Amino acid sequence: MKYEAPKSIDEALELLESEPDSCVFAGATDIIPQMRSGRPEPKLMIDLKCIPEMVQIACENKVWTIGAAVPAVLIAGDSALKSDFPGLAESAGLIGSDQIQNRASLGGNVCNASPAADTVPALIVNNAHAVIASKGGMRTLPVALIATGPGSTSLNAGEFIVAFRIEQPLPHSADAYLRFIPRTEMDIAVVGAAARITMDKAGNCTDAVIALGAVAPTAVRVTAAEDALRGNPIDEDTLTKIMAAARAACNPIDDKRGSKEYRTQVAGVLAKRVVIEAADRARK
Amino acid sequence: MTDINAVSNTPNSYKWVGTRPVRHDGLEKVNGHARFAADLSLPRMLSGHVLRSPFAHARIISIDTKEAEAMPGVKAVITSADFPEPHRKDYVSLNLMARDKVFYEGQAVAAVAAGTKRQAKAAAEKIVVQYQELPHVLSIDEAMAEDAPLLHENLITKGVEPVPGKASNIPSRTLFERGDLDAGFKEADVVFEQEFTTKVVHQGYIEPHAVVADTSSDDRSVIWCSSQGHFMIRAKTAAMLGWEPSQLKVIPAEIGGGFGGKTTIYLEPLAAKLSQKAKRPVKIVMSRDEVFRATGPTPGTKLRIKLGAKKNGKIVAGKAWLAYENGAYPGIWGMLGAMCLFAPYDIPNFYVEAFEVVVNKPVNIAYRAPSAPMAAFATETVVDQIARELKLDPIELRLINAVEEGSRKPDGPKYGPIGFKETLEAIRNHPNYSIPLGPNQGRGIASGYWFNIGESSSATVHLTEDGTAIVVTGSPDIGGSRASMALMAAEELGIDVKLVQPRVADTDSIGFTDVTEGSRTTFATGMAVVGACRQLIDELRKRAAMMWEVDIDEVEWMDGNALHTVNKHAPLALAEITKSAKKTGGPLTTTHSLEARGAGAAFSTQMCDLEVDPETGAVTILRYTTAQDAGTAIHPGYVEGQFQGGVAQGIGWALNEEYVHNAEGVMENPGFLDYRIPVASDLPMIETIIVEVPNPKHPYGVRGVGEVGIVPPIPAVANAIHDATGLRMRRLPMSPMTILAGLNQKNGSA
Ligand SMILES: Cc1cc2nc3c(=O)[nH]c(=O)nc-3n(C[C@H](O)[C@H](O)[C@H](O)COP(=O)(O)OP(=O)(O)OC[C@H]3O[C@@H](n4cnc5c(N)ncnc54)[C@H](O)[C@@H]3O)c2cc1C
Repeated sequence: MKYEAPKSIDEALELLESEPDSCVFAGATDIIPQMRSGRPEPKLMIDLKCIPEMVQIACENKVWTIGAAVPAVLIAGDSALKSDFPGLAESAGLIGSDQIQNRASLGGNVCNASPAADTVPALIVNNAHAVIASKGGMRTLPVALIATGPGSTSLNAGEFIVAFRIEQPLPHSADAYLRFIPRTEMDIAVVGAAARITMDKAGNCTDAVIALGAVAPTAVRVTAAEDALRGNPIDEDTLTKIMAAARAACNPIDDKRGSKEYRTQVAGVLAKRVVIEAADRARK
Repeated sequence: MTDINAVSNTPNSYKWVGTRPVRHDGLEKVNGHARFAADLSLPRMLSGHVLRSPFAHARIISIDTKEAEAMPGVKAVITSADFPEPHRKDYVSLNLMARDKVFYEGQAVAAVAAGTKRQAKAAAEKIVVQYQELPHVLSIDEAMAEDAPLLHENLITKGVEPVPGKASNIPSRTLFERGDLDAGFKEADVVFEQEFTTKVVHQGYIEPHAVVADTSSDDRSVIWCSSQGHFMIRAKTAAMLGWEPSQLKVIPAEIGGGFGGKTTIYLEPLAAKLSQKAKRPVKIVMSRDEVFRATGPTPGTKLRIKLGAKKNGKIVAGKAWLAYENGAYPGIWGMLGAMCLFAPYDIPNFYVEAFEVVVNKPVNIAYRAPSAPMAAFATETVVDQIARELKLDPIELRLINAVEEGSRKPDGPKYGPIGFKETLEAIRNHPNYSIPLGPNQGRGIASGYWFNIGESSSATVHLTEDGTAIVVTGSPDIGGSRASMALMAAEELGIDVKLVQPRVADTDSIGFTDVTEGSRTTFATGMAVVGACRQLIDELRKRAAMMWEVDIDEVEWMDGNALHTVNKHAPLALAEITKSAKKTGGPLTTTHSLEARGAGAAFSTQMCDLEVDPETGAVTILRYTTAQDAGTAIHPGYVEGQFQGGVAQGIGWALNEEYVHNAEGVMENPGFLDYRIPVASDLPMIETIIVEVPNPKHPYGVRGVGEVGIVPPIPAVANAIHDATGLRMRRLPMSPMTILAGLNQKNGSA
């Protein structure tokens, strides 16, 4: 196995093309454990962390750009980013432990394509777009369209994600992310739930985006819950509808981490709680 | 004269015992200097890798190692054919390298030594093993079923009359009884009968097993490894190799946790044999995955218990049927459960029947008070039920029934002085007992018992030229025991504890010493240290007498000095005596070996406050208070550490830990991600109360403290969940999923 650490996007693309059996990585917190448990080792490993634009966080013209290889610790700890996207920052701050967060990236979290990836629902509710590089140039794609199933993505051979772009939120709008794990940390989400809620002065919800993780092969939007929220106060009735909609959107697996029934029931609970949390923030 | 049973001074006059110096091995543990087995590297050393069974139960038709032997870097390949046929009851040797059958997924089948770990692994994958799969049994119910597939075709149940005519998966049955059971239940005003099940759990030590072996051409081997007892390693490794123990020298490395799990061997004979064949040193380090699949977890159980009590709270009758998994070979786990189940209570009429059951899972080994936590889960839950039914305070009910000095244990012997009631009173008198609880919060009380043991220990004390006392024992330090040895030596010799250096020596350098287990080290090895120190004091007095040219009877030892009782000579400090040792008869060294008797029984009472999230079933431990009888706390800080460690492991066992096997008998969660031991943020600070009812059989009153702390947490958590939600949890783990399912059922929904 060979290791390369290119200094530019072009150099990385050249390397990718030069060896068909190659693999990009950032923190390697997914791929190293995977290789240890039997995933075939590629001939070439391309480390993306030395490419300057991939390890920067910036906000220009009301658009945030987060490098795909930025470690989670910097996302969780960036106060300006956190004030715009507290939910996204929280989701990055939940990954693993301090040691893991020093390495784990958004690019890796999204492209590993685990249904339980914590940052994905939070990226989706914020309408984050991935900036994808290839020999043919750059393209952008909503994060929701990247994972196509557990472990698989819509990226083509020779492509990788350079950064994520997110527009700054409107006033009276906020996001939140909650996950359920049996422990308090170092665990994989049994259910994850993200919401972005926009409120008007009267206390009604004017817009909502809700996404769930770990309850289907990919993160899922809960549009029925969004519809139930739009134009309505966040009251008992609305919350009951949200819970039912979230449960209806679930198509989980039954495994050692949680039964179908359990994931479905808790998805309703977390959807309700995350909406309350985001709405509270939006009112402030 | 030296009398090691003489009780030292009165407790409040101790200068060192009862203080909290930083452990002597502390700094090196923190700065990375401590050497663990996996750290060792020898010139020309090879890496070993073990090939393991993919099947839960299969016959081995053939093993072909030819291709593997031809792989790059390979220097040796071994199978069971390289070892003598073990004695039919040498289950350790039988377990370590499969012969005609594999009995669980992960059992060793062959091993390879090669230049690198990668080469060894690649070669192991080329070993061709032809298996014929056999039906397996994974649970007590499956294994005990009438027509169950058998693991061992010749296994006849012991302890049953008449002797069964037919083999089964039940190696043995234990029975303890007292009084008249039917009359007892007739007397009872309330009777509860319940069934409990618990899952296989692992000790979860952070350091995986590791070994380096260097075998020379004259069939002698030096072994470096981490274990709870290197003399045990020597004996068991020799047995599997067909050698004498004296052909081996075992050097203990620092240990990264054992909790009972390192009281046996896994890799040592394999490494020694590979080294012998390759004529080079061989190192084998397990992965976490291997630790889970192939090393000793503690049994899963199925327990039925019935208790009857009178209105006044007196428990008058108890009946129990216990079945303990043992993994693939016979063990003693059911018997231990039967010994502990009713031990805290004076029950006039009981009948306890316990079965060992073999299943197609890894062979079980001790885990902190082995078998007692599951037994306590059953007893303490039903005791809680009785207290509620009779509207008695749960501590009051326990006090009414608690054993005391002179009461009999279920297995017969009488208790000496014990501090069980004191632990109950300590919890009742603690301010935490009356903190008000909020909605969805609950408080649970539970007690536990463990017998503790004595066994063989040796200690040598030698004084250096500069007057330092090197205290050498053969007891691996798994919980701060070196600090306790040093404190007892400092107390005896009357010198600063900093002038004592406690050491753990290899099998050639100290007398035979049993495993660090059964909470025995501070008790038994501590007695050996005290004995060696007292001999040394006699020797120091003799030397002072020579220097003064007086009779030894005129010399007393006090505060590290020889005193002349008739005051003609100024006191002589220990360092002065060692300085002129050459003139008075040479080096100052004493050794004491003993078979320790009179270990004191240990009791703990614990209180758990928790909150249950009614929508997710998640449990948050709010507060946790434990009171335990230490006899005497030699180093209170490490005593508290033992209390807390036991509780932390018990809470993990209660809430989340379990082996998950799929239908094929393959473990699905062999890693710390999905085998959930608690992380630091899962637990509050565990509050400790040290109760001290001295054990008269130890010079400082020590009773072991290492184990009993893990016994009450499971029922304490279960009783608190009941208090919070009204749900009686009778199945482990009490995970969010099982609690939510229980709540759903109770609320008649989903
Ligand atoms: C102990 C532990 C705890 C964990 N806890 C959590 C948790 O709580 N929540 C959670 O969601 N995850 C968790 N993870 C998983 C992992 O840490 C995260 O998914 C992390 O975000 C992955 O980032 P990485 O940079 O390390 O990915 P890498 O391992 O570097 O890459 C992962 C995959 O993505 C691909 N990839 C990486 N970057 C790019 C890119 N820019 N473009 C295209 N493809 C790319 C790689 O080829 C690889 O297939 C945990 C992992 C461990 C080991």
